[in-house]
Amino acid sequence: MAKKSIGPVRREFSPWENTDHPPFIEFRNVTKKFGDFVAVKNLSLKIYEKEFFALLGGSGCGKTTLMRMLAGFETPTSGQIFLDGQDLAGIPPYRRPSNMMFQSYALFPHMNVEKNIAFGLKQDKMPAAEIEARVAEMLRLTKLEQFAKRKPHQLSGGQRQRVALARSLAKRPKVLLLDEPLGALDRKLREETQFELMGLQEDLKMTFLIVTHDQEEAMTVADRIAVMDKGELVQVATPSEIYEAPNSKFVADFIGDINLIEAKVTEKTEAVTKLVSVVDGFAIECDQETEANVGDTVWYAIRPEKVRIAHGQTEPGVVNQIGGIVWDIAYLGDVSIIHAKVGEDEHDTIRATFTNVSRMVENPIKWDDNVVLTFDRDAGVILAR
Amino acid sequence: MDEVHVAAPPRRSLGAWLLIAVPYFWLFLFFLAPFLIVFKISLSQTAIAIPPYVPTFDLAEGWQAFTDSLSEFSLENYVWLTEDALYWKSYVSSVSIAAVSTFLTLLIGYPIAYGMARSPQSWRPTLLMLVILPFWTSFLIRVYAWIGILKNEGLLNQLLLSLGLISEPLVILNTNLAVYIGIVYSYLPFLVLPLYASLERLDGTLLEAAEDLGCPSWKAFWKITVPLSLPGVIAGCFLVFIPAVGEFVIPDLLGGSDTLMIGKTLWVEFFNNRDWPVSSAVAVILLLILVIPIVLFQNQQQKMAEKEG
Repeated sequence: MAKKSIGPVRREFSPWENTDHPPFIEFRNVTKKFGDFVAVKNLSLKIYEKEFFALLGGSGCGKTTLMRMLAGFETPTSGQIFLDGQDLAGIPPYRRPSNMMFQSYALFPHMNVEKNIAFGLKQDKMPAAEIEARVAEMLRLTKLEQFAKRKPHQLSGGQRQRVALARSLAKRPKVLLLDEPLGALDRKLREETQFELMGLQEDLKMTFLIVTHDQEEAMTVADRIAVMDKGELVQVATPSEIYEAPNSKFVADFIGDINLIEAKVTEKTEAVTKLVSVVDGFAIECDQETEANVGDTVWYAIRPEKVRIAHGQTEPGVVNQIGGIVWDIAYLGDVSIIHAKVGEDEHDTIRATFTNVSRMVENPIKWDDNVVLTFDRDAGVILAR
Repeated sequence: MDEVHVAAPPRRSLGAWLLIAVPYFWLFLFFLAPFLIVFKISLSQTAIAIPPYVPTFDLAEGWQAFTDSLSEFSLENYVWLTEDALYWKSYVSSVSIAAVSTFLTLLIGYPIAYGMARSPQSWRPTLLMLVILPFWTSFLIRVYAWIGILKNEGLLNQLLLSLGLISEPLVILNTNLAVYIGIVYSYLPFLVLPLYASLERLDGTLLEAAEDLGCPSWKAFWKITVPLSLPGVIAGCFLVFIPAVGEFVIPDLLGGSDTLMIGKTLWVEFFNNRDWPVSSAVAVILLLILVIPIVLFQNQQQKMAEKEG
């Protein structure tokens, strides 16, 4: 059997797998307190050169504080931050080799597009001809040539976003920090811009660090994602690992949609774990090891798109098969999400995604239909409580 | 690429017209009408009469008398203003005293407004209150109080003498310096308030962005904060400069006999010489001196804004 890989592979880039590879950015036991509030709790993290890294989490999880410490706007209460081998302690923001794209864009309203982009270069006392050339290059890169003489208030949201990007890239920083860079754009423009950002990062061969609360955005653009909660890293992994192999109930629940089934371990070997659902008593067999002991209660987590749904009844003695009644159907166009009631309680449902591959359906699934839900032996993950 | 659309101005309803009419009516009643009366007096001649000038209009005498009296108007008073050096000297001195005081007020007011805008949010209402607090005492009493502070045996000299910093009292009262102190003190809130409003609106992330791009904070102050607070600076300076040019009470109480200001000249003309026509002419010219540069300045601003927009 060929070795399976988790999810699609975007590019062959995984310096984090090599423990000898020196990190480009390193947070070492960093803690940040605001009064009594601990924003970042003894956090250690390594980010590698040319990586597109995402900090993902809800509001107040400490992701922005972490980025602002790297930029120099906040000082860690304890711990160290290294960038390209240099300890950043005591270095003011204006001497750090990173540039930031602000969530609000923070464009200088009294300067036109050109001058905004040139601002950082002028601070470095770059010769005027070089500044001009670099600004022209940035304008071309962000397709802003025709707006060079406009002031920020004369631009649309998308154009402003690109000016902010051009300004933060103009100095060719070692690291580009993106603070919720696409939050203010509408969905279509946001998706377009995500791919533009990825293209830019590839072309410029720079290290990008993005802070976002939007999981789709993080999964689209990033090589690796760090999921944060309450000032701590919960999981640091590639988007597909985060999605397919979450390490905790928090990550599983935070990223995408998932069915969490409470189950008891009945039998375990090196490669196979057998479970039985606590509430409804159906049997689950899973090609996965678990640290839990026989008799322990765990979560069996399975994504709705990995649950197949069809009309019918369960056959006795077959595992990974649950009988249910259709309770609710959400038609989203591309897929339908079907809520199947598997127990007595109306909240005791399992969600299955049904891809609408044909326009016309002969025997559609309807409310109150008897259905059978099946899934593969490697479809779900066992999460310790 | 999306374009910025300029919407056509909406048609105004009767209600909207009435709403606009209120301020225009106000301006007409309390600005234009008094100005026309003063302007009319400035074209008349002095007379020993009540009121002390001719011609006067009397509606009872009919239309003929009215047109006859129009022929009596002359620009004689304006010519007189150019003949006596007192007047143009007063104007020049007023404008220069006002300009110096405005500059000093800005020098003191900017740090105050800046400090207020950067102070913790919870302090700001209190600080604003403190700026407005002097208005609760009569302006006249506050200026009189400065006499007590500045006079030779006043509080300031007593303090400096007791500290041994000076051996003889400083002569401040009845000099131009006392006038500067008076104007700066009295008009400071007028500069601080609009300036504070524009500094408070300033987005702090702009300064972070400047610093992030390699600009130390003292430099960011000149490159970002100062240019963006310019509208507040201009508004504040106008609010100080305009009333300071015509100021009468402060130079009269704190200034010396040689402190020449147009407000004082006008007072003397009006009350001592009872020459209403000449004092009216002085007032009209003062208005022109103030209004013409401001109108030109605003036109310039508008042209610049249009060029950008």
